[in-house]
Amino acid sequence: MKARIHIGLKPGVLDPQGRTIKRSLAHLGFDGVSKARQGKTIDLDLDFDDKELAMRKVTQMCEKLLANTVIENYEIKIT
Amino acid sequence: MKSAVIVFPASNCDRDAATALEKITARKPLMVWHEETSLPKVDFVVIPGGFSYGDYLRSGAIAARSPIVRDIVQKAKNGLPVAGFCNGFQILTESGLLPGALMRNKGLRFVCRPQKLGITNKNSMFTKAYKDTSEVVFPIAHFDGNYFADDETLRRLRKSGQIVFKYKDNPNGSANDIAGICNEMGNVLGMMPHPERAVDPVHGGTDGVLLFKSVMESIQ
Repeated sequence: MKARIHIGLKPGVLDPQGRTIKRSLAHLGFDGVSKARQGKTIDLDLDFDDKELAMRKVTQMCEKLLANTVIENYEIKIT
Repeated sequence: MKSAVIVFPASNCDRDAATALEKITARKPLMVWHEETSLPKVDFVVIPGGFSYGDYLRSGAIAARSPIVRDIVQKAKNGLPVAGFCNGFQILTESGLLPGALMRNKGLRFVCRPQKLGITNKNSMFTKAYKDTSEVVFPIAHFDGNYFADDETLRRLRKSGQIVFKYKDNPNGSANDIAGICNEMGNVLGMMPHPERAVDPVHGGTDGVLLFKSVMESIQ
């Protein structure tokens, strides 16, 4: 079983890196990008068989370490 | 005053902090490795600057979950004075002892320079020895010093006098120009600037001395 976790800044939290990416895309001639937000992905290989249990455990991992919920949101996909 | 300096892999201001403490308190501080599970009996703990764990995941995130920090959190909640400078501030917010978070500098640049600050709480246990609180200069050297907290937290910090230091010309985009805050009880201080690097004329200034003297006065 695998978990893919996407961690990104909460809406409303300024993302200077995203803003710079957007500007750089515009410099390269890529018009039509109205917003860019940068996040990160963490992939975990899990030894669980139960999808619900895996979801519960990975949620705990996000809350305790992987995300800083003061500024970040997370999204978990278990496959 | 008996003090301790916590050492993490890739701390790099631990010896600056130790030198400052030894010079000012006339006692060598104990150097405590991050894998220790309990603090020795001391009156004051410094969490130094650096790049603990290579800033992996988020600055201060891994260090904040180390065994020694668990004990620091517990003892700080019972009143033990703790100060975190630079990466130490990041570790304190990540551990939950201080509210908010330190994000990437607004200008996306590492800033390294002498920084003018105002002392906005002159009664704190970390500032009470300062006679002139209008301006002090401490070095700053950080990439993730942009203080963020939600509006309600910022209001609470302002109202309860928990904002201890403010930048004169905001170098990193910090909310409300915040350079350093303390917890509600007033015994835990976190700040991005480095008072431990302003304690000797060869540093270019000695404005940091009174911060350590304030702590000494407060615990006597």
